Amino acid sequence: MNFDYSEEQTLLKDSVDKFIQNDYDYETRKKHSAMEGGFDAATWQTFAELGWLCVPFSEEDGGIGGGAVETMIMMEAFGKGLVVEPYVSTVLVAGAAVAKAGSPEQKAEILGGIIDGSRKLSLAAIEPQSRFDLFDVTTQATASGDGFELSGTKAMVMHGATADTFIVSARVSGSARDREGVSLFLVPANSDGLEVQDYPTLDGHRAAELTLNRVKVPGSALLGVAGAAVEVLESVADEAAMALCAEAVGMMEKLYKETVEYTKNRKQFGVPISVFQALQHRMVDMFTMHEECKSLLLRTVMSHQAGEADFRKNVSALKYAVAVKGQKSAHEAVQIFGGMGMTDEMSVGMYLKRINVINTLFGSGDYHLKRFMSL
Amino acid sequence: MDIQLTPNDVAFRDEVRAFLKEKLSDKFTKSVVGGYIDKDTIVEWQKILYEKGWIAPNWPKEYGGTGWSITQKFIFENECAEAGAPAVVPFGLKMVAPVIYTFGTEEQKARFLPDILQSNVWWCQGYSEPGAGSDLAGLQTKAERDGDDYIVNGQKIWTTYAQHADWIFCLVRTDSNAKKQEGISFLLIDMKTPGIEVRKIDSIDNKHSLNEVFFDNVRVPVANRIGEENKGWTYAKVLLTHERTAIAGVPQSKKAIEQIKEIAAREMSGGKPLIEDEMFCAKLAQIEVDLMALEYTELRAIANAAVGGAPGPESSILKIRGTEIQQAVSELAVEACGYYAHALTPGIGNDYASPVSTKYLYGRASTIYGGSNEVQKNIIAKMVLGL
Ligand SMILES: Cc1cc2nc3c(=O)[nH]c(=O)nc-3n(C[C@H](O)[C@H](O)[C@H](O)COP(=O)(O)OP(=O)(O)OC[C@H]3O[C@@H](n4cnc5c(N)ncnc54)[C@H](O)[C@@H]3O)c2cc1C
Ligand SMILES: Cc1cc2nc3c(=O)[nH]c(=O)nc-3n(C[C@H](O)[C@H](O)[C@H](O)COP(=O)(O)OP(=O)(O)OC[C@H]3O[C@@H](n4cnc5c(N)ncnc54)[C@H](O)[C@@H]3O)c2cc1C
Repeated sequence: MNFDYSEEQTLLKDSVDKFIQNDYDYETRKKHSAMEGGFDAATWQTFAELGWLCVPFSEEDGGIGGGAVETMIMMEAFGKGLVVEPYVSTVLVAGAAVAKAGSPEQKAEILGGIIDGSRKLSLAAIEPQSRFDLFDVTTQATASGDGFELSGTKAMVMHGATADTFIVSARVSGSARDREGVSLFLVPANSDGLEVQDYPTLDGHRAAELTLNRVKVPGSALLGVAGAAVEVLESVADEAAMALCAEAVGMMEKLYKETVEYTKNRKQFGVPISVFQALQHRMVDMFTMHEECKSLLLRTVMSHQAGEADFRKNVSALKYAVAVKGQKSAHEAVQIFGGMGMTDEMSVGMYLKRINVINTLFGSGDYHLKRFMSL
Repeated sequence: MDIQLTPNDVAFRDEVRAFLKEKLSDKFTKSVVGGYIDKDTIVEWQKILYEKGWIAPNWPKEYGGTGWSITQKFIFENECAEAGAPAVVPFGLKMVAPVIYTFGTEEQKARFLPDILQSNVWWCQGYSEPGAGSDLAGLQTKAERDGDDYIVNGQKIWTTYAQHADWIFCLVRTDSNAKKQEGISFLLIDMKTPGIEVRKIDSIDNKHSLNEVFFDNVRVPVANRIGEENKGWTYAKVLLTHERTAIAGVPQSKKAIEQIKEIAAREMSGGKPLIEDEMFCAKLAQIEVDLMALEYTELRAIANAAVGGAPGPESSILKIRGTEIQQAVSELAVEACGYYAHALTPGIGNDYASPVSTKYLYGRASTIYGGSNEVQKNIIAKMVLGL
């Protein structure tokens, strides 16, 4: 057992930490979030130049073959900075789906574009009724000529409006909740019959609803083995859940540190409010909750690295713990900031919102607790 | 001791129901989105209550109260919430009015109470300052005598709906040398007076309720002072206890639980309606149990107060538990809505999800305002437990 970073990992951590510290303060983040598309295109190019968009891809796909540790390093820092650029949706979710399921041609075509920053993709796998079950798919794909025709509705597609291509899950056989019979398709955003409704989400990110009305795609749009997409999706989802938890752990660290700092400076009754034990103990709890979630995160990351069978169970433990403790930490921070915690001026409110959103992405606390019990 | 309603109470309940059925149109029930309501609509609803004589159940009858028994008030509050009536704006009716009819002069009563009763003027509460939140008595906004006027200088913050307000009731410092609680006066200030500026505060719920209010040499007639100079803290404390009990919000939480059940019947989870999910139902049931306890704690407190006057420091537990329960309810509502709770644009996915997270976010403040829950616990420790 060894909890130390390698030399390369340390370098990566230094570079991303420094970027967040120097170039991505809360005001910058607010500016990016308010831009058209919901993020800063120039910053995205910087990510490409810094080599961050290639981190999780294998060397033969043009990446550096980074694993769960590297992703954790990136995402903890992104959590602290509340980064709004579509790293999760394009690199860690859509990119991972292509890397896992794509043919050599598809990988060559798509991953290079992701890595150099020129392409953005979003996974469209959720439907209004599906909640957290990725096999619950009613969007239909019917064979048409040598291609397919897709019809249905997709929900909460992260950064949908800025994606050039969607990876759409659709049913080729079976009934709505069968695990078999779901395929993935690459659907260009400008396809006829595809409607994209863009909206902001609570956390200052963006999402979209997709309506597919007999959208035609060629046979080459099929990504992965026909009818066998659920396994791919679930594997992508587990890794994405781990990454989002790393983001949340980064936020939990900021939450306790910023709260401690605030209470040292805020005076009431002639003293800094940090002297009140009623608050001290709760900040101690926030610190403890961060340590616990960080421990579960490392446990999950290391079990992924080692290819252990209990990785999924670890993901569920982690996601559940983050749902409960992350939210609790954020609630405490807002409370201890008092009225200031309710303002947009302070970042704690935004951490609260982002943690809430993370809590529904790729499975809520309850969903993962149940899965934990069943594994 | 008797848990049953008397035949008279049942008749009263039916009368309230009939009234709400007739007057409470969708316009009013639907206007409350995520806990917010637009000014015109709420004023219109309050005027309807006024015409019926039911706008101020807690006021003494001589000033326009209803003269209802505790049970009748309880029934009225419950029926209104159950029917989805918007809550009346508290600043005039529930906060400043009791101070005016308890401590004001006959002239002040005649001048201010009828307009409050008829919802002709909108009031806001100017207590908190940047440096004076929990330590309210540390407030610094100054009022200096100049003939028949005070000249007011300083700043208030977190002033809810100041942007709508015609008048503000303020605590101001009139003696800087006295012990901090003893140099405070209670002033009523016309918001149109030159020198007042209202600035919006951007809040996490993306709605506009919070403001800063700046006073730059604002002239306020001494006649607008309530009671004696430097005795404002005493009057303010009375108001705070009223504020605290009103905050428990039991009927509103009951209604919110009903709404969660409706949402959970429509939301799917694991291929069946969420309302059939045991884990979800257990969470809901736990909140319901807490609410049942709170409801009777509140009734006991009200019954005690009816015998002994103003609610005692025990009323702090109503505030603590009431707000904690409101928050638990709003968290569960967000959970029930799944992904769509986080879509900011109304109407994405369904019509009920977006307001739910607005309410959740604003609700974080309920344990902060009205004396934070930490301050309430300090009060219980000191006043009730004698620590
Ligand atoms: C949404 C909202 C609406 C409001 N509306 C109004 C309004 O209309 N008019 C108005 O006058 N005010 C209003 N307020 C202000 C409100 O009353 C104050 O926010 C509140 O009194 C807390 O003060 P503060 O924000 O300065 O926090 P602080 O007093 O700085 O408190 C920060 C934290 O320290 C804790 N703390 C402070 N003292 C102690 C102690 N002795 N022991 C333990 N913990 C302690 C607090 O509980 C809190 O968690 C509103 C506030 C909010 C958030
Ligand atoms: C020596 C000393 C030690 C203390 N130690 C601790 C401690 O260890 N831990 C701790 O938690 N507290 C501590 N306190 C704080 C103590 O609990 C406060 O005195 C208490 O919060 C009441 O404040 P007060 O003395 O200003 O007012 P009081 O005159 O007693 O209170 C005035 C009233 O105003 C209310 N009030 C104040 N602000 C608001 C507001 N914004 N909105 C609504 N109502 C409000 C109060 O609740 C109270 O009802 C200590 C105080 C002292 C003097």
